[in-house]
Amino acid sequence: MPQISPFIIFFASIITSNMILSNFLGMCSYLSVSSEYKTATGLGMAVTLVLVLTTVINWAVYEYVIVPLEIEYLQYIIFIMVIAALVQILEMGMDRYMPDLHAKLGIFLPLITVNCAILGVTLFMVIRHYGFFQSLMFSLGSGLGWWLAINMLAAIREKLKNAKLPPGISGAALSFIITGIMAMAFIGFSGIFTIQ
Amino acid sequence: MDFSVILRTVGSLALISGALSIIISVAEKVLNNYGTCELDINQGQKKLSVQGGSSLLSTLAAEKIFIPSACGGKATCGLCKVQVLEGAGPLLPTEEPYISQQEREEHMRLSCQIKVKGNMRLMIPEELFNIREYICRVESITDMTYDIKLLRMKLPEGETVTFKAGQFMQFYTKPYGKVKEEVFRAYSISSKASEHDHIELLIRLVPGGICTTYVHTVLQEADQVRLSGPYGDFYLRGDCEELIMIAGGSGLAPIRSLVYDVIEKGLPHKMRFFFGANTVRDLYYMEEFAQIERDYPQFKFIPCVARPEPQDNWTGETGFVTVALENQVDSGDGKEAYLCGSPGMLDACIKILKDKGFTDQTIFYDKF
Repeated sequence: MPQISPFIIFFASIITSNMILSNFLGMCSYLSVSSEYKTATGLGMAVTLVLVLTTVINWAVYEYVIVPLEIEYLQYIIFIMVIAALVQILEMGMDRYMPDLHAKLGIFLPLITVNCAILGVTLFMVIRHYGFFQSLMFSLGSGLGWWLAINMLAAIREKLKNAKLPPGISGAALSFIITGIMAMAFIGFSGIFTIQ
Repeated sequence: MDFSVILRTVGSLALISGALSIIISVAEKVLNNYGTCELDINQGQKKLSVQGGSSLLSTLAAEKIFIPSACGGKATCGLCKVQVLEGAGPLLPTEEPYISQQEREEHMRLSCQIKVKGNMRLMIPEELFNIREYICRVESITDMTYDIKLLRMKLPEGETVTFKAGQFMQFYTKPYGKVKEEVFRAYSISSKASEHDHIELLIRLVPGGICTTYVHTVLQEADQVRLSGPYGDFYLRGDCEELIMIAGGSGLAPIRSLVYDVIEKGLPHKMRFFFGANTVRDLYYMEEFAQIERDYPQFKFIPCVARPEPQDNWTGETGFVTVALENQVDSGDGKEAYLCGSPGMLDACIKILKDKGFTDQTIFYDKF
């Protein structure tokens, strides 16, 4: 695989390879926590933070533990364990040193452990043989892209709160339709850069 | 498969999970260690030095101060409110649904959700200091129906309990089977308030319930059990002529205690007790209430069976308890209503009572 510039990876993972709008990863919390803009922002921030930390640590674990021991077939289990442990420690640390931030993000952190975007970014990083700096920018971009997508959905849903909707379409159905339209709009960016 | 591959798989998994658990344990020791914290209760009336890091509810319980809680610290019942003047930090999202705007201004918090991280100043109502812990011995376990057991417990020699008829106790299970932790649940006291050395609880088996399964399958006679209480504001007000009592299933417990309380104190209130059951198999204490009805004309017992079978030869009220209520209670004038049972049944009954002129001030209930 040719070496792609980390900065191209960064912008591509926000716009052309958005975790939600082109890969459809991390949909569960994206759909369920997007009814209010404020909470969506909190979750987006938490996902970005956890994504960057887990990807960097999983990169090190992959390079220095999994590859030397030749246990690639165990990578899924190991990545999940690392993510779960990291989120736990992060929650304790936040509770201790940043109680205000913890009060805002605290309830989202356990939710993020099982967010498939987190594991997805780690696995893409392995499949695409990213180096350290590429992984860092990829995870940061993916997190920001996820955040952007959930904030857009939340903003649209807040606007639609007072709209008259046909019965049966409100709620989950509408969120899927909005997501589909947003994903189609994002197709317009494709061709600017390609990483997958 | 090659033996060395198996060895490497098991070995590396064990090593990695071991390393991660060590990191977590160390992190918990370092990050979750808040040292000794000072709790100031009721403006210096009581001062406690406690180890920080756990919830306020469990920290206070370890110091023998028992805040009522029905859900056991899951932020689903909203009972464990405590006024925290200082040291609680910002209101948590898990608390928001249970704390009203006025309570926010009074600094009310859910004690199961906030963690002791430093010195705190709290206000705890005086009567909660009367709540005590009792290590009781199970005297008997009796099957009342196919799914309700009567648990009769004796207090330790020389100890007594004083409660208002209708109040509840918290029952603590010991770890059993797959349940590795102690859990507690709230149960209404069904024994007479005049009996100070025993406590009786009626416990219906809830499929999958941790505490009820423990009582129904693990607990044996002569075992030791831990209780704390009494808690709750479901007790007799008595500012009326007639009491309308409504219960379903194990909701009979506090009503039985209330009925005996009225009779033993010689109070003049008339009483009507509507007891709802799905089938004849769900009825219990029938003989006892029939006897009270014969001895005390002021008391009337109305069992209602929703779906009696033909072979039961059921001669009492048929249909839901709401039907009997609709037909037999004319108005809310001079009456108070006491209800205990499932939320569905209670909501239906409260709706009927309100239509008949009962108000929030004359309806008292315990939902479970």
